[in-house]
Amino acid sequence: MKALHRVVTRAAGGIALAATISLPVLAQPAVSGPTLDTIRQRGTLICGVNTGLAGFAQPDSQGVWRGFDVDYCRAVAIALFNDPGKVRYVPTTAQNRFTALQSGEVDMLSRNTTWTLSRDTSLGFDFTGINFYDGQGFMVKASTGVKTAKELDGATICVQPGTTTEQNLTDWARANRINFTPVVIERLEEVVQAYVAGRCDAYTTDVSGLAATRSAQPRPAEHTILPDVISKEPLGPLVRHGDQAFADLVRWIHYGLLTAEELGINAGNVQQAVQGDNRPDAQRLVGRTGGLGRMLGVDNAFMVNIISGLGNYGEIFQRNLAPIGLQRGPNALWNQGGLQYPPPFR
Amino acid sequence: MSSSTSDPRFSAAGPPRRPLRLSWGDERLRGIVWQLLVVGLVVSVFWWLWSNTVHNLEVRRIATGFGFLQREAGLPIGESLIPYTPADTYLRALTVGVLNTLKVAVIGIILATILGTLVGIARLSHNWLLSKLAAFYVEVIRDLPLLLQLLFWYTILQGLPGPRQALNPAEGVFLSNRGMKLPFIEWTSVHWLALLAMVVGIVLTWLYARVARAKQYADGQPRKVWPAGVALIIGLPLAVWAALGAPFTPDIPALRGFNFQGGITVSPEFFALLIGLVTYTAGFIAEIVRAGIQSVNQGQWEAAEALGLRRGDILRKIVLPQALRVIVPPMTSQYLNLTKNSSLAVAIGYQDIVSIANTTLNQTGQAIEGIAIIMLVYLTISLSISLFMNWYNARIALVER
Repeated sequence: MKALHRVVTRAAGGIALAATISLPVLAQPAVSGPTLDTIRQRGTLICGVNTGLAGFAQPDSQGVWRGFDVDYCRAVAIALFNDPGKVRYVPTTAQNRFTALQSGEVDMLSRNTTWTLSRDTSLGFDFTGINFYDGQGFMVKASTGVKTAKELDGATICVQPGTTTEQNLTDWARANRINFTPVVIERLEEVVQAYVAGRCDAYTTDVSGLAATRSAQPRPAEHTILPDVISKEPLGPLVRHGDQAFADLVRWIHYGLLTAEELGINAGNVQQAVQGDNRPDAQRLVGRTGGLGRMLGVDNAFMVNIISGLGNYGEIFQRNLAPIGLQRGPNALWNQGGLQYPPPFR
Repeated sequence: MSSSTSDPRFSAAGPPRRPLRLSWGDERLRGIVWQLLVVGLVVSVFWWLWSNTVHNLEVRRIATGFGFLQREAGLPIGESLIPYTPADTYLRALTVGVLNTLKVAVIGIILATILGTLVGIARLSHNWLLSKLAAFYVEVIRDLPLLLQLLFWYTILQGLPGPRQALNPAEGVFLSNRGMKLPFIEWTSVHWLALLAMVVGIVLTWLYARVARAKQYADGQPRKVWPAGVALIIGLPLAVWAALGAPFTPDIPALRGFNFQGGITVSPEFFALLIGLVTYTAGFIAEIVRAGIQSVNQGQWEAAEALGLRRGDILRKIVLPQALRVIVPPMTSQYLNLTKNSSLAVAIGYQDIVSIANTTLNQTGQAIEGIAIIMLVYLTISLSISLFMNWYNARIALVER
C-alpha cells in the first residue's frame, strides 16, 4: 500500500492535479491576472525548478539554490518585491513539472523546459521567451572510441522519460535507421548512475544537461559529448495560460536582461547608468523615462534592481554556465552572431 | 396426508403485505425516503466533482478525452512481449506496459509462493541451522523497505562487467551489465504445436489422476500417476515435435557491435525487479505458511506418525490441506501487494504500465486520463486475483456436513 502510494505521489503527481482541479478551485477566480495578485498577497514567488542540474538549478553546500534558471526566479522576485530572497523553490521532476504548474502549486516554471506547440496549447501554458537555445546530444565514454552519433547503431541508450528527449531520440533513430535499446529511468541521479555504471553505451539529453552531468563526474575527461545535435530545444520560463500580465512581466524581464547586455549595462555600472547615461535606450531601461515598469505593473526602476542584484544576461550566463563548460554559441546576442534578439525595450 | 394441508412455510406467498401509508410512522416509507436521500447525495457529490473538473479543465484550456490513444506514441520501450515500434499508437504502448506488469506479477507470484513456502517450512524444520537461517532471512527481508531492496539489486546487477568482459558460466550463457543472455532455438510453428501438445498432456494427466483416485477410493489400492504423467506431459510434445521433422536451429547469442545479438535476454531491470519482489514477498508468505502449518493441531501429526506415515507424507497429505484454509486468505493480500508493488519499477527503469502511462500523460498532458488508466489496470488485475483466490478458497474450504 505504502509503496503504491509512494509511486503515485512520486511519479505521477497527476492525482494532485485531479484533486486540486476537482475540489477547491471553485472559489478561485477563473481567468485573467490572478497570479500576480496571489503572489503579491502571499509575499513570495513560488518557482518550479529542476531537482538538481549543475549550472541551471542546484542547491549549494549551504542549501541556497543557485543557477541560471534560479536567477530568473530571483529576477522576478526582485521586480515584484525588490528582494531576491522572496522566492520559494519547488524542485520538480521532468514528469511532475507540468502538473505542478497547471494545478497552481507553483507560479512559474523556470526549469529548462522546451517550448513546443502542444505544451503551449493543450497543456494550457504560455512560454515567455527563449532564454537558452539548446539541442539534444549524446554523451559516451571516451574509451568506446565513438566519434559520431551515427556509430551508435545497436547501442543501449539511457534516457529520462516524460521529456521531448525521448521522442527526439526515437525520431532521430527512425530517420537514420538506427536500432537501439532504451533504458528509461525517471530520476536524473539514477539514469546518470546507470550510464556511469555501464548499463548504457550512451546517455542522451540536452547538450546543456550533458555538460552539467559531465562536469559533476569525478573525471570529466573520461566522457565525450558527441558533436551531433539532433534537435532544437528552445528553453525558457513558462506560466499558466490566461494570466497575460504575469506572462508579460516574466517575458520582459528576460528581454530587459538582454537589452542591458546590448547596452553594456552590468551589475558594476548600472548605478552610474542611472545617474549619467544619456542614451535614450539606457534611460528607458533604467526607468528614468518611458514609465515602462508601470506598464508591467511594477516599479519603473525594476530593471535597475535586477541588474544590480544579478547582472545582465551575459553575466548570469557567465556566472552559472561557463563553469560547467558551456560556450555562449547560439546564446550570444544577435549582433555578436547569436540568436538572442530582444524586441525594443520601449 | 393430503396435499391441501401442506406446510405453510413452503407456500409461495410471503407474509401478508400492509398497504404503504404516507406517514413518517411507516417503516417502509421511512426506508424509501432515506435511501432516496443517500443515493441523491452520492450522485450529486459525484456530479459536482465531475462538472467541476470539466469546468476547470476548460477554463485552463487543458485538452480532455481519450482521443490521444490513437495518436502515434513515439516513445521507446526497451522490452516488450508483443511487437512494438515507436511508430505505434499510445494504445499499443500502454498494452505493452500492461503486459510487462502482468509478466512480472505472474512470474513473481509463482516464484514468491514457491520460495515463501519453502522458507516457511524450513523455519519449522528440526534442523537447527536451517530453521535459524530461514528465521534470519524472514526478519531481514521484512524489515527493509522494498524500494531500497530494488535499488540494491539493480546496483548489484549494474556492477557486473560490460558485454565485452561478460561472464560466461555455461556455453551460450552470458552475464553482463546488459542483462542475462540465454541461448534459444529459432521458434517455428512446429514448436507451437509441441507446446499445445504439452497443454493437452497436462489436461490428460489431470483426468487420469482423477480416474486413479476414484479407483483408489473404490478398492483402496494406491496407483502411481507419475509414469503416465511423464509420458503425457513430456513424451507427447516430443513425439509431436519429432513427427513434424524435429526442427532445431540453435540461436546462440554472440557479441556484435555494442551488445549481444540473438538468443533471449533477461534485462537487468526486469531481473532486479523480479528478485526484489520475490524475495520481499516470500518473507511474508513464509510467515503465513508457518502460521498455517502451526494452526494444525499437534495431535494430527502424532496421529499420522502413529499410522506410520513419513514426515513428508504427513505434511503433504494431512497437514497442508488443513493449513491451506488458514493460508489462502492472507496469501491473496500478498499477491495483491506484489502486483501493486511492481509499480516501483519506475525507480529502476522497468517499463511497466505506470512508467509508460506516466510518459504518455506527460507527452500528451492528459494527466487525469493517464491516472484513470493506471487505476483501471490495477483495479482489474487486483480484482481478478481476488476473484480467483476467493474461488480457490471456497473450493478448499473444510466441507462440513
